[in-house]
Amino acid sequence: METFIQQIVNGLVMGSMYALIALGYTMVYGILSLINFAHGEVVMIGAMVTITCINLVSSIAPGLPGSLVFTAGLLMAIPITMVLGFSIERIAYRPLRKAPRLTPLITAIGVSITLQQVAMLIWGRSPRSFPAIFGEDAPHKLFNLDVSITNIQITIIVLAILLMAGLLIMVEKTKLGRAMRATSQNPEVAGLMGVNINTIISMTFVLGSALGAVAGALYAANYSRADAYIGFMIGLKAFTAAVLGGIGNLAGAVLGGIALGLIESVGAGYIGPLTNGFLGSHYQDIFAFAVLILVLVFRPSGLLGERVAERA
Amino acid sequence: MSTNLLEVKQLKVAYGGIHAVKGIDMHIKQGELVALIGANGAGKTTTLKTLAGMIKPTEGSIVYDGANMAQIPVYNYVERGLALVPEGRGIFSRLTVEENLLMGGYRSNDKVQIMADIERVYGLFPRLKERHKQLAGTLSGGEQQMVAIGRAMVSRPKLLLLDEPSMGLAPIIVQKIFEIIRMIASEGVTMLLVEQNAKLALQTCQRGYVMESGKITVADSAEALLSNERVQQAYLGE
Repeated sequence: METFIQQIVNGLVMGSMYALIALGYTMVYGILSLINFAHGEVVMIGAMVTITCINLVSSIAPGLPGSLVFTAGLLMAIPITMVLGFSIERIAYRPLRKAPRLTPLITAIGVSITLQQVAMLIWGRSPRSFPAIFGEDAPHKLFNLDVSITNIQITIIVLAILLMAGLLIMVEKTKLGRAMRATSQNPEVAGLMGVNINTIISMTFVLGSALGAVAGALYAANYSRADAYIGFMIGLKAFTAAVLGGIGNLAGAVLGGIALGLIESVGAGYIGPLTNGFLGSHYQDIFAFAVLILVLVFRPSGLLGERVAERA
Repeated sequence: MSTNLLEVKQLKVAYGGIHAVKGIDMHIKQGELVALIGANGAGKTTTLKTLAGMIKPTEGSIVYDGANMAQIPVYNYVERGLALVPEGRGIFSRLTVEENLLMGGYRSNDKVQIMADIERVYGLFPRLKERHKQLAGTLSGGEQQMVAIGRAMVSRPKLLLLDEPSMGLAPIIVQKIFEIIRMIASEGVTMLLVEQNAKLALQTCQRGYVMESGKITVADSAEALLSNERVQQAYLGE
């Protein structure tokens, strides 16, 4: 039982990060019907910039509290990834707006490879460790059971919930959010209403990248390290989460992210005993991709996929 | 000619290799109601979309309210008082009725006025008020047309372009929609009405253009068109 609860806790932590990243995929897909495969790389760059900035701040002003240093790292990483997201759309996708669907998709893969290579030039090939700014971060005991959770893990869950709630409220309640939804449903008519579609598309990339940067920073903090390769796998998993929830649907991305985190974590926790030790917990990745295949086969529209059809 | 709100000269539109509009001239005076009738595929919708800025013309000029519209991006049209109720209504199906209407006031920052305009739409279409929290995609065709017209009204247009407002609607709903169209017109809004139902269109408007395969073949007063033999045969089913 305690193993199970521990895996649930771990799954929620992972799932919160997947959800934050999945939102970036799903927002862009909702508006452009484009799978922005470069998004995982934006997350990676968010992680690397955060580490660099934390090192910088720690060396300039040693002794600052960890949370403050971490915030400084985020405040550096977020604007940089925002500019990056904006530029990716402007340079790589906008000229292809009217091209066949496959063209921007291939371009996205190209952007992804390019960013990975650039990251390797800047930070090298070996992992950078996340500075121990939070001290020891000894795990807390949860409910007096043999279940532990660290401060970083608590931070991940709380921050993810706050950001996701903020985004959903923005999209549902504000004028900008309404324009984003209108644009994703019918860009031509949204233009007639006076919405500058290009601005909305840029905003979508900028917002998604900001969330991605936070997820990247949290990922690096959680695993105490990051390298130029992390974007690929975490991007693919978050994409799976977005598909699981119903790509294009924001609530779906959140649900899909959490669900995927839980499936992976619980699966990894039990795969060893279930296969008599034949498969170990390092096989956890198969769960994410088994989920992707199952969703694509049995429910391609995802858990919360489009239900309201347009009536003639 | 300074009283012309809209003046179109030698307008040509081509897209995807098809010459949909092949050089038309057209003008609409302030406060006029003008019908554009013609068969399917004659280029009516393309003309309207071009006037609304959704398609850029290949040749010719569109002067609206003294401005050459070719240089102006589509999202700045609504501020100048040019609104289109598109063919097939073009509502945002996963926005609520009220959110759809709010989109009509997207470029205005006067919330009080927008809400007053929306209340006015609810006054004209009480159905919409009842359903203001419902997703627009779940409404009937007639109600969706009411949303589309209401949304255009909230944008306070000077020139309203209507594309097939009667399409696919029950006769009684068509009547209601046209009542509202006449009422909007009586408030001084200039209109260009594209309609399959030529009779209804000509009875509503003062003037009309007949469009055939991308060209305007007849331009006359509505009365004259209604009694024009050729028009009667081709479009009025008589």
